[in-house]
Amino acid sequence: MKHLDARGLSCPEPVVMIRKAMMSGERAYEIVVDNVTSKENVTRYAEHQGYTVSVCQSGSEFTLQIQK
Amino acid sequence: METQVKLTKLAKCAGCGAKVGAGTLVHMLEGFKTHTDPRLIVGYDKSDDASVYVIDRDTALVQTTDFFPPIVDDPYLYGQIAAANALSDVYAMGGQPKLALNILCISEAMDGAAVQEILRGGYDKAYEAGAIITGGHTIHGAEPIYGLAVSGFVRPDKVLTNSGAQPGDALILTKPLGIGILTTAAKAGMVEKPVLDRIYAQMATLNKTARDIMVQYPAHSCTDVTGFSLLGHSYEMAQGSGVTLHIDAARVPYHSEAYELAEMGFIPAGAYRNREYAGAGVKVVGDVTRAAQDILYDPQTSGGLLIAMPQKDAEACLAEMRNAIPAAAIIGHVTEPLDAAIYLT
Repeated sequence: MKHLDARGLSCPEPVVMIRKAMMSGERAYEIVVDNVTSKENVTRYAEHQGYTVSVCQSGSEFTLQIQK
Repeated sequence: METQVKLTKLAKCAGCGAKVGAGTLVHMLEGFKTHTDPRLIVGYDKSDDASVYVIDRDTALVQTTDFFPPIVDDPYLYGQIAAANALSDVYAMGGQPKLALNILCISEAMDGAAVQEILRGGYDKAYEAGAIITGGHTIHGAEPIYGLAVSGFVRPDKVLTNSGAQPGDALILTKPLGIGILTTAAKAGMVEKPVLDRIYAQMATLNKTARDIMVQYPAHSCTDVTGFSLLGHSYEMAQGSGVTLHIDAARVPYHSEAYELAEMGFIPAGAYRNREYAGAGVKVVGDVTRAAQDILYDPQTSGGLLIAMPQKDAEACLAEMRNAIPAAAIIGHVTEPLDAAIYLT
């Protein structure tokens, strides 16, 4: 599993980060974001690429488990 | 013209995406002292596009201002888009802009030529609109800003607010959606140049022609679709008019490239704010995909007019618009109020 930290980034940077990471073609990723927009956008990108996403919220941070 | 400094890099939010949410503002202004004046027929309380003050039987003054950080790197284009967007609020009231003042903030990273190009863009659009820029105010700041304060005129009996829609009206939209999504994706290098050129040209297009054709028909209500998105502005129209707006998602014009980019999550934060603001008033009764909904909540910069007029007139109006404004479409209709402000099918 690849771990990514997209905290402090605003759209479209977190999507660009996961997009670049997915080019390596791994089956599982974990990414932390700190706003709803990034959570939604990264979820959309991962689902569009055929992954399933589960979200875990802790305060204002979201950890997204992304796997195929 | 491309300058050495990328204008959009100097801005945190793009275009109308920078707009502060409607709910935030209403709350802040509660309880402030203001004069009442019967001649002020459209004021802040109506959450409309501009204020309207009646001068005499034939003339009312329309006032508005709009400005935002750079949405494009080309300063001339940025000036045109910011000016077209500011002038649009007068058109949305059915009026004609006459006088304008520049509102400009320049950052130290910008050179003199870039500033001059922004202003040239503004002057060219004002000229095209038949308005005169008579001055303005310029300051230094961290982020560039440009826009206009615009005054125009309208016949008092021809004022079009966003609260006049009536059951039996059809809804016309004059520019395709997807601007916020496409400009967000452009920041990630995901949009081809011909597509960008197309949306830039659209944003720089005045709503003058749409307004000039609209006023020849018995329109009941009009607003321009900007930062609050089609559904956000429709929600305000429905609330203000005491009706339900039925929007047929399949008939709403949008830039086709925006659909897959929405599916891929290139969606500006403003779209989520709009969904939060208007979502409770929207009842999805048809099969409208998440990406299609994202486009309907997408904040537009210098968007088109949303017009309500009787169905028969709307068809004739649209036929006349078709030559000059090929993307214009009837996107829905208006009924008596139902259990939601907007029915989305």
